[in-house]
Amino acid sequence: MPAGFDDDFDGSQVHAAGQAPARPRDPVASSGFGSPGTDFTVKRTDFNDALVRHPQATFVMRMSGDLMIEAGILDGDVLVVDRAITAAHGHVIVAKLDGELVCRRLVHADGVVALETATSVPQRVTCGDDRPLDVWGVVTFAIHPMQV
Amino acid sequence: MYALVDVNNMYVSCERSFNPRLDGKPVVVLSSNDGACIARSNEAKDLGVKMAQPWFQVRHLVKSHGLIALSANFELYADMSGRMMAIASRYTPLCIPYSIDEAFLDLDGIPGDLTQISRHLRAAVLQELGLPTSVGLANTKTLAKLANHVAKTCDRKPGHYPAGLSCRLAQVCNLAELAPHELDSLMQLTDIGDVWGVGRKIAEKLRAGGIKSVLDLIRADPASLRREFSVVFEKTVLELRGQPCLTVEEAPAAKQQILVSRSFGKPVTDVEVIVEAVSEFTSRAAEKLRQQGSVAGAIQVFFTTSPFRTNDRQYSPSLTVQLRPTADSRHLVSAATRSVRNIYRSGFNYTKAGAMLLDLQDRKAADQQGKLDLFAPEPRSAAEAASRDRTALMEAMDKLNQRFGRGAVRIGSAATAKATDAGTAAWAVRQDRRSPRYTTRWDEMPVVR
Repeated sequence: MPAGFDDDFDGSQVHAAGQAPARPRDPVASSGFGSPGTDFTVKRTDFNDALVRHPQATFVMRMSGDLMIEAGILDGDVLVVDRAITAAHGHVIVAKLDGELVCRRLVHADGVVALETATSVPQRVTCGDDRPLDVWGVVTFAIHPMQV
Repeated sequence: MYALVDVNNMYVSCERSFNPRLDGKPVVVLSSNDGACIARSNEAKDLGVKMAQPWFQVRHLVKSHGLIALSANFELYADMSGRMMAIASRYTPLCIPYSIDEAFLDLDGIPGDLTQISRHLRAAVLQELGLPTSVGLANTKTLAKLANHVAKTCDRKPGHYPAGLSCRLAQVCNLAELAPHELDSLMQLTDIGDVWGVGRKIAEKLRAGGIKSVLDLIRADPASLRREFSVVFEKTVLELRGQPCLTVEEAPAAKQQILVSRSFGKPVTDVEVIVEAVSEFTSRAAEKLRQQGSVAGAIQVFFTTSPFRTNDRQYSPSLTVQLRPTADSRHLVSAATRSVRNIYRSGFNYTKAGAMLLDLQDRKAADQQGKLDLFAPEPRSAAEAASRDRTALMEAMDKLNQRFGRGAVRIGSAATAKATDAGTAAWAVRQDRRSPRYTTRWDEMPVVR
């Protein structure tokens, strides 16, 4: 390694400074400048690495309507939904509700299980034996397309 | 030890995964041109809809029983299949895809309780994909297939096998956990027609000879079975008795897809090697296709890194391409190689690749629907049919189009101008009721409220 270059540099991943990358790294590819005898490889920032934690379980869905605007999800936004994450209180999730797929915030505290809209006056549907909670997946990112 | 995992009613299950309105309802998936029912939900089976039953024979059930019919959505099923195979591959380096929804897992040397591991795999596929599966475990592939059948039957028809066994063996059935008399009991209650490799004709002949249950079959003399049927059939029976001996080549062909896939001896990074391998697999698949008198309406290519090489970055691309139905190796290989180049990314250590022919149609039936060989004379031999590249009509069309410009001459039923788009080509299949391609087309992603 040429002196002065950080051995931990891995140009292929976008992550917070100081935080370890999620995947074990190939020591050769992660050195940024390769090593003598291997191809020179610089990896561009990769959306898949950044946005997709569980490739087999990740899907995209489109939000329709205004029921989650207070959570920062607007009509027409693209949701990245991960089915491998276990949903917990406070997560924005996609759930099956009355035969439809809906996007709601999950309430799971003090013995209450419910799905809540993120509107100025949140509307809540409580889940129970007659209507059990049926989680489809957890929303990990909401992508808002800009007018271009 | 082998585990055979397969998705229950796969095409229907994929549709339900993205459309909860289909849950609990009688649903069928129709083949290209909406001709026949190639998948049925349990509720549709309960209405009496048979596998491959022509659509016109059951369409009255729409009004009378609320039957829902969907056109086949092969891009969706193939993509979900790739995801399922990748999940299965987490549990063993030796995951052998057998068809679009089935894989054999070689679990030799895998530590731990194999039944628990299978339950974990089943739970992962259900949570991550929304697809229900059944798993059968045994020390031969044929027995694993049988165990899978038992797992399914115990789940769907709890009364069929003794109650004590039924609840233990539903969804995941490990034959190695059974006492000999319990295994005998299962085999006595299983019809020979449900054995992998026993087709209708063989089953009829066996029944005529007094062999009706699987127990009868394993007690018959293998040598006389070899004389009466074939060496491969004898191997099937030996496998039922617990002796692993069927090779991949001898294994019965899957019915609705032709899949050829191999693991590489060493990891591969070069696209040309992948292209060559996939071309080879496609050619082999095409041979089987022609042998069975079918044409294919779609081809999926896939290759993947290994999750067991923990220092490797992971990437498992696949691509499904719809085709003018064909059994022509050149067309299929050309589509396959283009697909490989389309999805290949450098810098990964690929360990496995494969090609799968989907949307299989009977060649004669496809002919009759006017999609192929409109005016060509009947081939004089199977060999001629197999080696025929293009019909005289297609050649004449091509020459005219070259001379007068693209689209100058089209097959009479064509309604639109673009001849390359699968949706509007002259040979476009009727897909009036196809669901959106939720996972492969950006514009068709599911909508949530």
